[in-house]
Amino acid sequence: MDYARRLENVTVLGAAGKMGSGIVLLTAMEMADLSLEAGQEPQTFSLNAVDASAKGLCGLQSYLRNQVQKAAEKKTVALRKAYQDREDLVENEEIIKQYVEDVLALVHPATQLEAAYDSDLVFEAVPENPGLKIKLLSQIRSHSSRDPWFFTNTSSIPISELNDKVNLGGRIIGYHFYNPPAVQKLVEMICADATLPDLAGFAEEFASRLRKVVVPSRDIAGFIGNGHFMRDALHGISEVERLSPELGFVESVYTVNKVSQDFLIRPMGIFQLIDYVGLDVCQYILRVMDERLAGARLHSPLLDRLIAAGVLGGQYADGSQKDGFLKYDRGRPAGVFDPERAAYIPSSEIAARCDERLGALPGHAKPWKAVIQDRDRARFLEAYFGQMKESNTFGAMLARRYGQRSKEIGLGLLSDKVAARAEDVNTVLETGFYHAYGPINDYFD
Amino acid sequence: MAENRRKVYMAAGYQTISMGTGRKEFNPKKPRPGLEEYIREAGQGTLRQIGGGANVDEGVIGNFMAARFNKQGHLAALIPSVDENLRWKPCCRVEGACASGGLGLITAVKSVLAGTADVVLTIGVEVQNTVKAVYGADYLALAGWFRGERKKGHSYFFPALFSDRAGCYFQAFGREKTRRAFARWYRNAVENARLCDTAQEYHNTAEDLEALGLTEPNPRTFVDHLNVYDCSKVSDGAAAIAVVSQEGLDRIGVAASSAVEILGWGQVEADLTVPPADFTRLETTARAVKKALESARITLDEIGTIECHDCFTISGLLSVEAIGLAKKGQGADYILEGNTSRTGPMPVNTTGGLIGWGHPTGGTGVRQAVTLWQQLTGTAGRSQIRIPSERPHALSVNMGGNDKTVVAIVYRRAA
Repeated sequence: MDYARRLENVTVLGAAGKMGSGIVLLTAMEMADLSLEAGQEPQTFSLNAVDASAKGLCGLQSYLRNQVQKAAEKKTVALRKAYQDREDLVENEEIIKQYVEDVLALVHPATQLEAAYDSDLVFEAVPENPGLKIKLLSQIRSHSSRDPWFFTNTSSIPISELNDKVNLGGRIIGYHFYNPPAVQKLVEMICADATLPDLAGFAEEFASRLRKVVVPSRDIAGFIGNGHFMRDALHGISEVERLSPELGFVESVYTVNKVSQDFLIRPMGIFQLIDYVGLDVCQYILRVMDERLAGARLHSPLLDRLIAAGVLGGQYADGSQKDGFLKYDRGRPAGVFDPERAAYIPSSEIAARCDERLGALPGHAKPWKAVIQDRDRARFLEAYFGQMKESNTFGAMLARRYGQRSKEIGLGLLSDKVAARAEDVNTVLETGFYHAYGPINDYFD
Repeated sequence: MAENRRKVYMAAGYQTISMGTGRKEFNPKKPRPGLEEYIREAGQGTLRQIGGGANVDEGVIGNFMAARFNKQGHLAALIPSVDENLRWKPCCRVEGACASGGLGLITAVKSVLAGTADVVLTIGVEVQNTVKAVYGADYLALAGWFRGERKKGHSYFFPALFSDRAGCYFQAFGREKTRRAFARWYRNAVENARLCDTAQEYHNTAEDLEALGLTEPNPRTFVDHLNVYDCSKVSDGAAAIAVVSQEGLDRIGVAASSAVEILGWGQVEADLTVPPADFTRLETTARAVKKALESARITLDEIGTIECHDCFTISGLLSVEAIGLAKKGQGADYILEGNTSRTGPMPVNTTGGLIGWGHPTGGTGVRQAVTLWQQLTGTAGRSQIRIPSERPHALSVNMGGNDKTVVAIVYRRAA
């Protein structure tokens, strides 16, 4: 079965979720592009968008409409060529509208799993719950009229475990998109020992057609991305616990978040990132990893307490941020949760005091966005972290500890053979997490 | 070409900010002034200097595509919204793509020449940031021949037409030097714009402008032979000026020293349905300039500054040749030698031109007249250049579409 044929009937499970909707978007556009290239009617292809939530699937429609339109606006030069034989489509606006219609026409929303039974390819992007994934995949495997290939978007569960428990005989691969899949360039690709070579070859081609950067990870729980993120997050939490007796809990969260964002030049502080992913999702991932990695001790009682108190983070259906460790005002952190008072303390009440304690940023400091746009980023970072080494402020000290721990985690992924090369660890953090530099560096030695 | 049968002057120019990307105050997500506000600002800017609407006999407005950018037609009837004393007076709107402003000026000049008006308020306006550039490209493409050209044309229709001209020019006269001339053109444009607080590139702080200008074109997302720095930007803006007779000057109380005289002009139309015979030449522009100089009875040696229609760097370069400053194929050398810079022998586009000041399409022709009026009357502020006494004239060239409608005007300080 060739590449295009394999994509003729595809199912995405969890299609209304954050990751699933992005995978639907990318796959549907790839289908439309293939049919345009071949001069076929787009209806040759069909994508079943399966989700338990009918309401979620309604939201998916409007999400797709917006996103396909934006994508079409950016590739209008190519689309004009693709539709050159359509005499009725003359202006960019007409061509863009047609493309949106063509892509949407491929997507068939469904709330029943039966929709997947005729698919040759199944993307799985349901919640990070091993039992749920195994149940759904098994059901498809036993009812399918085909021998479908499974792409799982799991960010932590070993692929060989899914392969064995569902009895797939190698018809599965780990294909971990980053959030949001339409924007993030990274796909972490995980082959189980049994994964079929043809399947891996197809997966590579699909990623390259989607213009994604593929980083291979060994099939070890958490892979590279969460292997780093979860340990990095636990470091942030343990720093809060270490500093709390002296600074207070709320102040410590503010301080560590600020250090991990501004001092380390990351796009978000660590607690904002945990909120973005969702505290409950983090808890799931930690559990999956902890159960599978002997002696890893990946667990946070603080996270459990906050989740029990209903502090969850994550996003609303429209993509806006829910409150978690931090409170958000128009997407920006504006307060910190105080478990004792079960309320958010406005940042304005603590910021001045905490900032003074942290001290000034090293002299060369620039915001993350300016740094990633810097044409000579390496030189800037060299100079900036050089200054940080010389600085004795509280902030510089915490940042150095943080950077050293991050590197230690990165090196641990190498020695555990999760990543084959230091470059792979750095690429995952730079493209999947938008860090300005990878964790394996000499900045904090 | 006959000489003007009556003296015609321009005075009391006004230009709004050219708003769009590059201006600090521009935020595409926030509400901005619309067509009505720009018309009012520019119109009132001129009326304030001439004693208000009561002194005006007629109004003319040049605009290209408000019907699509702003979903608004019938712009003549917006002229009375500038000042209640303009109500019940004759007004008209003219359109000639990006030469709409130039056509507005000529329409006003003709009213004065005909003796049916002594004071004509002339406004040019375009508000284009209402849609994304990819849709704006559709609207601007209507300056081409829709039925004959649009379907087979590029998404970015006009950039691609001029990219094709650039490609032909590269082939005929060499790519490397020509691209360096484009980059120099861009640098001159931005450096001049930095001296004019209404210019769109006024806030531009880029250090190595020529390096930016040399960015390789990306045909996958844009066009084959031009990059974004080779192009004028999407602009919102308006300009206004009073076109008056001698009697008109007296009526509005403007001294001759604060006015410019229109010595001659050329207005030329080419056939929209016929492609250019030679892609490396702006034939219509050349004809319009020749007519303007002949009717003014001067030669190019007597011109001290020029506002040319550099919607793209290649149009700037081809204009230099069409005007006659350089022979065919030598425009790049002429630019690279520094001749068109503000300190060179023939300062061109002293407030940045279309690339530096901005290009609110239907407003550009009037804006050019305002710039030259300022330079000739010594009111150009930080962008003021010295006008040599042996070359006291100025020339504006306003081009519509792919060299289809061109208006060239020769000016001199009135006293």
